[in-house]
Amino acid sequence: MTDGVVCTTEGVGAATSRANTWRASAVVGAFLLLSIWTYALDARYLYFSAYLWFGFIYGASLQYGRFCMASAIRDLFAVGVPRMAVGIMIAVVLFSLVSAAVTVAGKSTFHASPIGLYSVVGGAIFGFGMVFTGGCATGSLYKTGEGSVSALLVVISLSFAQALFVDVGGLLDALVPASWTASAAAKSMPAELTVTKGWYDQFLAGYIWDLKSVTAGDALGLASPAAKAFIGNSLVNAILPAIVILAVIYVRWYRKGWLRKNKGAAPGPAREVAGWWSMVTASKRTAIAGLVLGVAAGLQMWVMQTLQQKFGISNAGELLTAMGNTQGLSLQETVFDPGYFYVTTQEAQGAAWVLAQLGMDLRDNIFFGMENGIPSPLANPVLWMSFSVIGGSMVMALLANEFKLKMPTREIAVWAIGGGILMGIGSRIGMGCNIGAFFATVTNGDPSGWLFALGMTAGGYGGVKFFNWWIERKMAKETPLGF
Amino acid sequence: MAMKFEKVSEGKYQLDVQGYVCPHPQLYTKKALEKLQSGETLELLFDNPSSGESISAMCDSQGDDILEQAQDAGKTMRWTIRKH
Repeated sequence: MTDGVVCTTEGVGAATSRANTWRASAVVGAFLLLSIWTYALDARYLYFSAYLWFGFIYGASLQYGRFCMASAIRDLFAVGVPRMAVGIMIAVVLFSLVSAAVTVAGKSTFHASPIGLYSVVGGAIFGFGMVFTGGCATGSLYKTGEGSVSALLVVISLSFAQALFVDVGGLLDALVPASWTASAAAKSMPAELTVTKGWYDQFLAGYIWDLKSVTAGDALGLASPAAKAFIGNSLVNAILPAIVILAVIYVRWYRKGWLRKNKGAAPGPAREVAGWWSMVTASKRTAIAGLVLGVAAGLQMWVMQTLQQKFGISNAGELLTAMGNTQGLSLQETVFDPGYFYVTTQEAQGAAWVLAQLGMDLRDNIFFGMENGIPSPLANPVLWMSFSVIGGSMVMALLANEFKLKMPTREIAVWAIGGGILMGIGSRIGMGCNIGAFFATVTNGDPSGWLFALGMTAGGYGGVKFFNWWIERKMAKETPLGF
Repeated sequence: MAMKFEKVSEGKYQLDVQGYVCPHPQLYTKKALEKLQSGETLELLFDNPSSGESISAMCDSQGDDILEQAQDAGKTMRWTIRKH
């Protein structure tokens, strides 16, 4: 209970706030200058700036609401706190409604993912790893903006793990089922990709591409575009599951504590609704962040599609080609350009670009060579979004006087790097992270996102069990009081 | 900086988890509170803002009282929690 709590802020004077205000203004100014300067060079950089400013909004919202999907699962199982899981469900509901409107307006950039067991497996590895890192993929970006070097280590390890994982062969090739190899070989692929070598190529061409994708609106056979979008994709695939999840969370984790504080409430449905609403509004910061994220994520699709129509493109690779920058494009002359909120693939591209500068060529695989390319960070619009998530978070942290450059201990660094590697592997198997494979999918009618969430929850549960064991063991050894 | 959990005086304990990031501070706090008897207090030192949200919600859920929340210029948060 926090009623009557005394809050003090010692030594945090107006001078510090003013200094942080200047620093925050400098970060905003740098992003503004980048947008204006690049627009002056070529008006087509507007496309890049759109990614950048949506990333900025995401970063600011994430930091304001301490919005992290790792904590949604971890805190629920580890300390029984549901606030983040509630915030995410709020964001899911709002994002799905805005997405439905954007889809009906013909401005959606979304493509459904194939439905298969890979989502559960990838989600489980990702969820297990993210318990140890202290943040999900976006959580680690926003915490980097707060000055956490351990979060930066997570981002770096997640990025390089992905880049290397999609290119490895050797022993892993022996684990590939013969049916995947045969199916991959049967597809007419460019010889330079060598798709029957390297396990990830065979995983994509021999397994993923053979799976079917469908949205809830299509699966239900709804005729009108509005019914497909609002009833099938939004109501059935996002809102109803979110309500069920909120009800489960209320009964399992919130109701008992709420009833203890509200002993006078008369039993009945009204009491349960009041308790449920109390849970939804318990953390206003998280709820507000969920609201902003949900609306902004939907609007981004509309803005990106509008810009694609304005420039007459369907992928940023066409834009880069027209701008005379063809380095780093895929064989299809494309680059990664989802047109909505997405994290991990662009970071893998960033890591692959760094490795390319060191002489390692990773373009002989489908992921980089054929689908996403390896553009330089300056020519990678989606990577601009990742950088600005960090920037937006930094601005909010500075304004809230919460920015602090924090170096990790060796123990924290090991957890960050190890967890980050698992998250990188999980995100490539699951074809995305908590954002691309869950948040952006379930809100656009794609049921595969719930499979990823299922795996992520199971992995998170396993991670919490392991972490609890580890901490209890450590404490029993290191503290005289024991645990 | 290593974690410290020690008895300061009769009925008063201190948990120092400065330098730790999620999920360490909230997990250590949960386990420390489990160690305390009802009415005893825990002074908690941490510097990971995200953990504060979880710890506050955890105390609210368990009925533990947060008696004081202070933050110094070095961004260290010093909370006093009384076990329910």
